[in-house]
Amino acid sequence: MRHLLGIEDLSREQIERILTTADAMLEISQREIKRVPTLRGRTVINVFLESSTRTRVSFEIAAKRLSADAINVSSAGSSLAKAETLTDMALNLAAMNADLLVVRDRTAGVPQMLSERVGVPVVNAGDGCHEHPTQALLDAFTALQSLGSLEGRVVAIVGDIAHSRVARSDIYAFTKLGAEVRVAGPASMIPLEVEALGVKSCRTIEEAFAGADVIVMLRIQRERIEGALFPSLREYSQTFGLDSATLRLAHPGAIVLHPGPINRGVEISPEVADAEPSRILDQVTNGVAVRMAVLYLLTGGGS
Amino acid sequence: MSVLIRGARVLDPAAGRDEIADLVFEDGRIVDVGGSAAAGAKQVIEAQGLWLAPGFVDLHTHLREPGQEYKEDIESGTRAAAAGGFTTICCMANTDPVNDTPAVTEHILRRAGQAGRVRVHAIAAATQGLRGEIMSEMVGLRDAGAVAFSDDGQPIMNAGVMRRVLEYSRGVDRPVVAHCEDLDLKADGVVHEGAHSTCCGLAGSPAEAETVMVARDIELARLTGGRLHVAHVSAARSVELIREAKDAGLRVTAEVTPHHLALTDEVIRGYDTNKKMAPPLRTSADREALVQGLADGTLDCIATDHAPHAVFEKDVEFTAAAYGVVGLETALPIALELVREERMSALDALERLTSGPARAFGLQAGTLEPGSPADLVLIDPERGWKPSPDSLASRSRNSAFLEREMVGGVVRTWVDGRLAFAFGEETPG
Repeated sequence: MRHLLGIEDLSREQIERILTTADAMLEISQREIKRVPTLRGRTVINVFLESSTRTRVSFEIAAKRLSADAINVSSAGSSLAKAETLTDMALNLAAMNADLLVVRDRTAGVPQMLSERVGVPVVNAGDGCHEHPTQALLDAFTALQSLGSLEGRVVAIVGDIAHSRVARSDIYAFTKLGAEVRVAGPASMIPLEVEALGVKSCRTIEEAFAGADVIVMLRIQRERIEGALFPSLREYSQTFGLDSATLRLAHPGAIVLHPGPINRGVEISPEVADAEPSRILDQVTNGVAVRMAVLYLLTGGGS
Repeated sequence: MSVLIRGARVLDPAAGRDEIADLVFEDGRIVDVGGSAAAGAKQVIEAQGLWLAPGFVDLHTHLREPGQEYKEDIESGTRAAAAGGFTTICCMANTDPVNDTPAVTEHILRRAGQAGRVRVHAIAAATQGLRGEIMSEMVGLRDAGAVAFSDDGQPIMNAGVMRRVLEYSRGVDRPVVAHCEDLDLKADGVVHEGAHSTCCGLAGSPAEAETVMVARDIELARLTGGRLHVAHVSAARSVELIREAKDAGLRVTAEVTPHHLALTDEVIRGYDTNKKMAPPLRTSADREALVQGLADGTLDCIATDHAPHAVFEKDVEFTAAAYGVVGLETALPIALELVREERMSALDALERLTSGPARAFGLQAGTLEPGSPADLVLIDPERGWKPSPDSLASRSRNSAFLEREMVGGVVRTWVDGRLAFAFGEETPG
């Protein structure tokens, strides 16, 4: 594996290797001195051309816990404001002998485009509506912590599937690990031919949740109202929101995931977000370990 | 001086001729085909094993001059045309300034006379500034030489304006070329909406963005009696609508591009911006319907939609990349693929590149009739080659067919009996 551009390209074995490595990384974060010298002298550049707090900080912490030098580039302060092309900027960063680029962009395909032009490993930290592979890896990691195995388990992903890179990556990751994946949301938010992703499309939350072991609630974006994709947050919440009543439709012991940031009272009610089935903060903790594993494996560790 | 081309397979779709024959031209005109005039020829070209056809006619070329000469100009664009076997091309109006006044039309035609290697006809804007609001001065543009009217690149979204354009053009006796793409349905879509757009997370534009507009414009052609030419048809349902319109006797013609005939939307999976064009590549079912429509004549012709763009406009994020691909130099081998797949005869395939497009616009071209201008193309139907950035004569390199194995190439192209292209040789400018 030279780059991590998406889960679609990975085999089950590659996914499991990352997750096994993440298991070892998890322990490092629990130490009093949370740092190992593994990537000392390596330079990781986080190129975040779309705003992000959680993912950028998570990658930065992951790099630093492995003793890499982590540098952040964001669009506002970068040369992109001076109309340099993305490719030129990436070539310049690579020419400073970066060892790895982490790329977040609002456009699908940008990490792949850069990976074809710069000579260093590229990690996709979210590209438009395409993929967000490290999010799916940490989701799978978190689900495995609770469930032991995903073989034959049912995963329900609810929300704006059409515009969600998390949904796409989760679908690939969970199906490759043996789970059955269902998606649900207003029909205007379910992409055409979603079955091509290997999932079952459900019309109602009841249908999606019946017997579900893992529930992934996606963040709903208010701006989609202007795009005429749904009429109001109120109606969305009533039809596709998760609260303790709808949670009871799922398998007893089902866990709840959310890529964050959560809209309390919209896609998820506060009592569920803070209750026992929620693994939302575990996801954040595990995210650092998963990203440490990815940085380690892509910079030649373990080979 | 008379020139004899000896022993070629002569394919003249306008006359239904497909036979081994000799052709003689003299002083820029075809003198004789298959007859006895060969005896006195001064120059003899041995052409056994090759095909000889009328030079191709392209109804849809973007020459980019005036204003965007960094992409292409009349000299480089007509050089690419000659290299692809085209002897007559019709250039679109979305230049800078827009070709919406007789002065611009005259400028283009004058420049083509000076720098062009092939015949250039101008398509003028249907509305002023391509804004879709006020129609252009069609009479003046026609008198300056415009052969058709089009806002190509900019769909005329206002149905009332389109109605008036079709009505007015009827009196001008020129077709209106429609770029059928409903911008509200297209929204921010950059590829065909379907399984592949879903998988790669790119915003999609459904086939209906085209078909609702094709249906609208056909109804407006019915209302007005205007001549409608549907540009770059991409969807199966559009072919059905055009077939129905023709069966109903409406004055409707249509074209299809080589890339829509050869490629489907799965090729967008690699985010290659040389696969980004408007309308987008669609499904294999759509492609199948396009091939069928071309074979049965529902689609009158192959038109290249040759749309040169500079590297810096393509080597960017997929959504930011310019729409369009170059096409003049690869149209022939793509048409020949359909012949090899036995989807249509060689004569029919060449008809869609010669007399088919000429008839759609009413151009005097695409025939080997004695007395016609000696606009000819000599073809090696077996030559294998691969388009590469260095092998293209166009100033731009944005081909959807880079590195595709092609079979069939142009050996020579003559315009008015003058050599405009010779394979493997520097052709005098």
